[in-house]
Amino acid sequence: MNRAIVIGGGLHGLSTALHLARMPGWQVTVLERRHVGRHSSGVNAGGVRRLGRDLREIALSMVAWEMWSNISALVGDDCGFQPGGQVKVAENAAELGKLEARAAQVRALGWTHEEVVDQAEVRRLLPAIAPHVVGALVCHGDGSADPMRTVMAFRRAAQEAGATIIEGSGVTAIERSGAGTLRVVTEEGTHEAERVANCAGAWATRIARMAGEEIPCGVKASMMIVTERLPHFCTPTVGPTGRALSFKQTVAGTVVIGGGHQGLNDPERETSTVLFGNLAHAARIAAELFPCVKGARIMRTWTGTEARTPDEIPVIGESRTMPGLFHSFGYSGHGFQLSPAAGAAVAELIARGATNLPVAPFTQRRFDA
Amino acid sequence: MSTDVDLLIVGAGPAGMAAAVTARSRGLTVLLLDENAGPGGQVHRGIEHRAAKDEQDADGAKLAAALRSSAVETRFRATLWAVEPGGKVFWSEEGAARSAVAGRILLCTGATERPLPIPGWTLPGVMTVGAAQIALKTAGLKPQGDVWIAGQGPLLWLYAKQAVEAGGRLAGIVDLSHGIPPAALRHLPRALMAPGYLLKGLAWQRRVKRAGVRVIHAEEIRAEGEGRLARIVVDGTEHAADLLLLHDGVVPNTQITRAIPGCAHDWDAVQACWKPRLDAWGNTTAEGVMVAGDGGGIGGARAAAHAGRLAALEAARALGRMTEDQRNAEAGTERLALNRQLAARPFLDALFPPRPVTAIPDETIICRCEEVTAGKVREAVTLGCLGSNQTKAFTRTGMGPCQGRVCGPVVHAVIAAARGVDPAQVDPFRTRFPTKPLTLGELAALAE
Repeated sequence: MNRAIVIGGGLHGLSTALHLARMPGWQVTVLERRHVGRHSSGVNAGGVRRLGRDLREIALSMVAWEMWSNISALVGDDCGFQPGGQVKVAENAAELGKLEARAAQVRALGWTHEEVVDQAEVRRLLPAIAPHVVGALVCHGDGSADPMRTVMAFRRAAQEAGATIIEGSGVTAIERSGAGTLRVVTEEGTHEAERVANCAGAWATRIARMAGEEIPCGVKASMMIVTERLPHFCTPTVGPTGRALSFKQTVAGTVVIGGGHQGLNDPERETSTVLFGNLAHAARIAAELFPCVKGARIMRTWTGTEARTPDEIPVIGESRTMPGLFHSFGYSGHGFQLSPAAGAAVAELIARGATNLPVAPFTQRRFDA
Repeated sequence: MSTDVDLLIVGAGPAGMAAAVTARSRGLTVLLLDENAGPGGQVHRGIEHRAAKDEQDADGAKLAAALRSSAVETRFRATLWAVEPGGKVFWSEEGAARSAVAGRILLCTGATERPLPIPGWTLPGVMTVGAAQIALKTAGLKPQGDVWIAGQGPLLWLYAKQAVEAGGRLAGIVDLSHGIPPAALRHLPRALMAPGYLLKGLAWQRRVKRAGVRVIHAEEIRAEGEGRLARIVVDGTEHAADLLLLHDGVVPNTQITRAIPGCAHDWDAVQACWKPRLDAWGNTTAEGVMVAGDGGGIGGARAAAHAGRLAALEAARALGRMTEDQRNAEAGTERLALNRQLAARPFLDALFPPRPVTAIPDETIICRCEEVTAGKVREAVTLGCLGSNQTKAFTRTGMGPCQGRVCGPVVHAVIAAARGVDPAQVDPFRTRFPTKPLTLGELAALAE
């Protein structure tokens, strides 16, 4: 039996653990410093989005979308996935031009999931949208899921597949033993394993540093708003082209607003704080795109801490200083959708040393230049 | 960050009024925010518009008059909804969001009623004693018809006395307390240092009984009716009821302090509530944020005023307007007076412990906003939820418009009892700003 330790009980750690535990001959232990889904995995906006992805991410995102389309088969729960579509609206002719160029670029790579639509079609998709919107880029089949429910489903599925999840166990060191295995040291004890996955999110660079590897990566604390329940007025998840916003109405009727407006981040104390002066911009853009929400009462605001790489795409690959350690972090605020596929890729890298899944663009070697 | 004001005070009850006047007299610029139309807070509500009838009213009228004749800037109908690190404060006023940066922030947000969930308490016709008291003080609404009061605690008797004196009618009081528990007696000698308190409490009870109000000592009460309250069932006996007022004591209002990063709270086993961790001057563990009055632990109106003045002196010291020696000298008599006021507290706290939550039947709703029952919360515990926040994610309890303001203490207590652990080990709801709902439009107006 081979042993693997997954550091981090977020969605990427749980997905990696699930896929690996289902492979024959692997005994998997997840070490989570606090509790499963404590940070960005549990509090993100739940966007299941291929639309507008970095061109290097599209292939992996397509694999993930296939998995989302039948997510019950993977984890035994639908994770609250609602494929209501994702729409990026153009607020003027120049923005519509940008969207057309983008669609052409994606088509040139052989993908067909993004489609430009005119003003009449936007109105049909989004009856409540402001009149100044002139068109949009649409991806049918995208949508959103319930983040905490997704985390719990992946947790349950990983455990049923035989993985052990230890919460309240923070890693303090990683070292190589005389026998060639890796030793993961926590305050409670030491775990020995043939392979280790670093899925520690905003704290993953610290784990890499324990293995003697410096990978450029910062942190971000995106802020979110949820309103009171409103009558149903919007099915797709919506964002503008020239400004930062993500906007969706949940099945319960609440409106969830994000878009990457940044709060105050304190990774040392593992906290982040809402800055209302910044969050006000999200509220303003939301009210300008959907005038009907102007009077909606805000119920809650929050932030979550997440890793952000310099080019805002993740790091997936084996450590160059400590073979046997595999990184998967730096999803930069859009890793939720990728998690089923990224976990599968990391599990294959661990078990077979190679994968056919399209993760080559995410090697940390890209920062060497 | 440059500041707009030296000291920003939230809440114009006894603590806030006393603190504002003291701070201003020491040369600080002071901005005082309050949700209500005028000063007074809950205990002295509407004090400028009614005649002072007793000593408590006289205290309030004096504080309000001092506030009005000071140069404190007051903003009424102003609702604070966020405090950020660095002293930036946000509030809403006349439908618009505003903000200011303060050198120190003093929260005097008082107490809130501990809910008393009984079967049928969500029926129209059932409300809290506190709400009835507001109606009495602000609109002169006197209880009429078959009005029952049930529960326990000093405020219950105070309201009953006020209602009777105002000419209201009460069908009866269902006293759910358990007499004087032996644990209370050992605090009695100290309590006698502040005899005014105890005598006042006894006088309230005597006044109510003299007015012919029936008092039933009971273990259990249910509210029943078709679509609205029609009767109460007290230990198996039915009584007709038009209005039922519930009360189970008060707890510090920690909605704001719990949302401030780095502001530590401790469980108070005697008062069975969470309190912000304060030093002797009212400093919390969050830089620049202070608390005075019942919001830091229940002590009553007079104690609150003393604590407010002490906090104001400390704010003046922290802002460099007086030395430590000056502060200590000026604080001397305030502190003695505060200690005297607090002398009776341990006895009162032991006398009125909250009703045990094991008495709440499974089918009783404890989160009114999301209609979550006690049984549902207990079930979440058996599924592995250890604290209030996990239970929130599982059951939606505390996710509605009140954001746990109402149900928080009960959800917390039910989880602790179901787990069979010390309540101190169970986390309370994490609160989030905005602590009071504001609209997207109001927030949008703050974007530069």
